[in-house]
Amino acid sequence: MSEFLSENLPKFSSVLSVIAAFFIILGLIFAIAGRANGKKARPIALTIFLGPALVLLLAGLVIPGVRTILFSFMNPDSNEFIGLGNYQWMLEDPNVKTIMINTILWILVVPLFTAALGLLLAVMLDRIKHESIPKALLFMPMAISFVGASIIFKFVYEFNEPDQVQIGLLSAIVKFFGMTPSDWMLSKPLNTFLLMIIYVWTQMGFGMVILSAAIKGVPADIVEASALDGAYGWRLFRNITFPMVKGTFIVVLATGVVGALKVFDIVRTMTGGNFSTNVLANEMYSQTFVQFDQGKGSALAVILFLLVTPILIYNIQSLRKERAHN
Amino acid sequence: MSKKIAEHNPGRKIFSSKIATVVVWAITIIWTVPTLGLFVTSFKSDKDILGEAWWNSLLNPNFSFANYKGVFLGDGTESLSSGVLPYFINSIVITLPATIFPIVVATMAAYALAWIRFRGSNFLFFSIFALQIVPLQMSLVPLLLLFTGGAHIGSVQIFPALGIAGDFAGIWLPHTMFALPLAIYLLHNFIAGLPRDLMEAAHVDGANHFTVFRRIVLPLSIPGIASIAIFQFLWVWNDLLVALTFASGTEEVAPINSKLASLVGQYGSGYTQLSAGAFITIAIPLIVFFSLQRYFVRGLLAGSVK
Repeated sequence: MSEFLSENLPKFSSVLSVIAAFFIILGLIFAIAGRANGKKARPIALTIFLGPALVLLLAGLVIPGVRTILFSFMNPDSNEFIGLGNYQWMLEDPNVKTIMINTILWILVVPLFTAALGLLLAVMLDRIKHESIPKALLFMPMAISFVGASIIFKFVYEFNEPDQVQIGLLSAIVKFFGMTPSDWMLSKPLNTFLLMIIYVWTQMGFGMVILSAAIKGVPADIVEASALDGAYGWRLFRNITFPMVKGTFIVVLATGVVGALKVFDIVRTMTGGNFSTNVLANEMYSQTFVQFDQGKGSALAVILFLLVTPILIYNIQSLRKERAHN
Repeated sequence: MSKKIAEHNPGRKIFSSKIATVVVWAITIIWTVPTLGLFVTSFKSDKDILGEAWWNSLLNPNFSFANYKGVFLGDGTESLSSGVLPYFINSIVITLPATIFPIVVATMAAYALAWIRFRGSNFLFFSIFALQIVPLQMSLVPLLLLFTGGAHIGSVQIFPALGIAGDFAGIWLPHTMFALPLAIYLLHNFIAGLPRDLMEAAHVDGANHFTVFRRIVLPLSIPGIASIAIFQFLWVWNDLLVALTFASGTEEVAPINSKLASLVGQYGSGYTQLSAGAFITIAIPLIVFFSLQRYFVRGLLAGSVK
């Protein structure tokens, strides 16, 4: 116990003093800058309020982003330009081809399932009593890390030889129905879809919660009027409810695409990218920090960036429209 | 009145309530069983885990806390000689500043963008909004190089090597940077919605921006700040990529989530370690989630439905 204290007390005391120092310095700056008045007051206030964020954004995101683009045209150690070599490698390497196909599968399948299942549950939750209990349980996986979720599913996908006890739920269910379970993480291309299930499992709650709020926001008189016109069931959903929540549905889809593109933790934990399950974000990490090829790693990051660009443009346009309305 | 509310809900006219109840509860059970399985497994001995499926163990229970004790304090195996406790503490030491710093910096920036008029304010807001979608993979390598080697133009050093790679500060800083775009955007939505009269009255009374920020904006923004702080807390606690890149895997600085990830790949780390270790890792986020669920949902809605 005493050993534990002597090792860890310094960590706690240093973190507390760092936080205290942060607030004391901030308080001092506020007190001193607050004395300025006249013409200088506004520029000083602006610098202090906005300056730290801008410096951090420039140093942490903008400049590194530009440097990554430059690195993508350079050799592994980033000290010599090699033209389009890293991009040519991507076009020619068969492994990269598998990675691209998997990544496209992820961004096609995962967002659609997450959003559709979220919408289905949101519509049905609206209909039942005590909705808060299932809602909390369905939403809970969002708080679990991808690593934690992967371990949860490692046990679900556990496989033993057919003559032994099956301790994995999936294998047991398959056996129950009289089929032979297989080593799931080695079965292509099923394994990629089994990894996607983990992602859908954690993120579905997001779509469900915000679509549920959108459905509750559909004006009552519109629903009543269309009900008087005889719109029930599927027709009511297709003609009234869905068009009213379509904007939110697209937000859920777009969030899903961005999330699925960046998926890294699940693939790394479950298969390490082996057995044809590799994706772009994991390969970027491997090239950079395992193969130590900053050129190839940066080129993969640039592709990742290019793939999110359409969503980025769409988001800016919708924000613009929204601001024009207000 | 209650009849009227019942008539309102569009969902009420799409599904019959019986079908909806059955389907929702069926999916809820499917969604919960995997976590339950891990939970039950984490109390079983290594031999029991392999010899008997967890759903059968529920019928003849033989559970103990031995796995948790071993994983927390060390079980003598090579992969877990001193347990996950040091990593658990690292996670707390990483998460607290990595939540507080970006929220404070973002609240200040959001105030400036919403209530201090200056040329280019709109352009700046849109640029920050755009940054939130840029994959952080775009920043990792150059940022790590900045921490280890500083910045040069030609051979002129324009920025010193910070020497914080592999240090706690070297993890706080990237988390703070990466969190800013989303935090500024969400807090801006919140702070821009505060009543204009209140601000103007304060300025008429002679208050400067610093006073207005401290006395009016901060107290009124607490609900918004709380929900975004919960998000950031969960994000940092659950992060793997930033931890792998900026914290070496050592007991000194690595967080518990990255320790857990390394256990998966390690030869000889058993099911007992994985199941109990996973539950120790997800316990804090789950406690935060269930106790502050309302704020969590509000944070989600602030970002998505507008």
